[in-house]
Amino acid sequence: MMAGDEKPRAPRWTLWLPLALFGLFVVLVVVGLVRPKDTTIESHMIGKPLPVFALRAAADGRPGVATTDLATGKPQLLNIFASWCIPCRAEAPVLGELAAKGVVINGIAIRDRREDLATFLKDLGNPYQRIGADDVSSVQLAIGSAGVPETFVIDGKGVIRYQHIGDIRPDQIPLILQKLKEAEQ
Amino acid sequence: MIRKTVLVLASAGLLAVGTPLWADDSMPPAPYAWRQLEDPAKEAKARDLMATLRCLVCQSQSILDSDAQIAGDMRSQVRERIAAGEDPEAIRQWLIQRYGDYVSYEPTLSASTWPLFAAPAALMLLAVVLLRRRFTGGSAGQGENA
Repeated sequence: MMAGDEKPRAPRWTLWLPLALFGLFVVLVVVGLVRPKDTTIESHMIGKPLPVFALRAAADGRPGVATTDLATGKPQLLNIFASWCIPCRAEAPVLGELAAKGVVINGIAIRDRREDLATFLKDLGNPYQRIGADDVSSVQLAIGSAGVPETFVIDGKGVIRYQHIGDIRPDQIPLILQKLKEAEQ
Repeated sequence: MIRKTVLVLASAGLLAVGTPLWADDSMPPAPYAWRQLEDPAKEAKARDLMATLRCLVCQSQSILDSDAQIAGDMRSQVRERIAAGEDPEAIRQWLIQRYGDYVSYEPTLSASTWPLFAAPAALMLLAVVLLRRRFTGGSAGQGENA
């Protein structure tokens, strides 16, 4: 082609368009690489009522847990744990502190053997008012929990209000107390 | 030197026989975690669904591929529900309601995924337009062509 004078060329900046697009692509890739990996799976059940369940007692001296036990007009905690879970051991004294402050804590023991759980409670104290045995993780799946430990704040009507993923650290006690307070409204 | 070797060997031996620190539970698996359904048609349905559900703790595997306990519990629940006549898509929706789209490997069209589907179509369209201009450019597109 001879083109030249009568054929108006595309504006100069279009020459840089492919490079700019490539640059954009590189930025996208780098941002994706640099951003720390987040593997937590949040429950989508927050704001929804607890699913209906009734678990048998997992330990002597404590009744099991049913949905109706969690809608008593007062916010409560529902702690998903297991004696075989190491972070749950770290969490036990913190739950004890919360219980000492008058917080009602319900436990759901995931795939736990009765004797293992008894040893766990004997060694680390028992902050739970009720402990239900979930042998096939059915309640865990029903409330959208993906691991142990996890703690749910349940309001007086039995609605899930907050999910804490991982063990509650000592410095997170005020946070949990605040979430319980918010659940009162 | 010899003492050091002995020490290394001894600690290797300890590692080999020591109980794992991060032990899963020792409970028997859920009824249908490792057992197929008696009805082959239902089992096939269950497998198709399980292959497209994400394991929650080993997040790059499907629950069909995973040995994790929770994956076994999920498989058992899927099989039991399918045996009870529930629709596989209803089970998928039940899980999505609890864990979000993340739990399903099945691609869906949503507010955040539509560009993935739209981009190839848009690029194809652009290519067609550009090629048309190039090939017919000599006569028709003389005025505006680059």
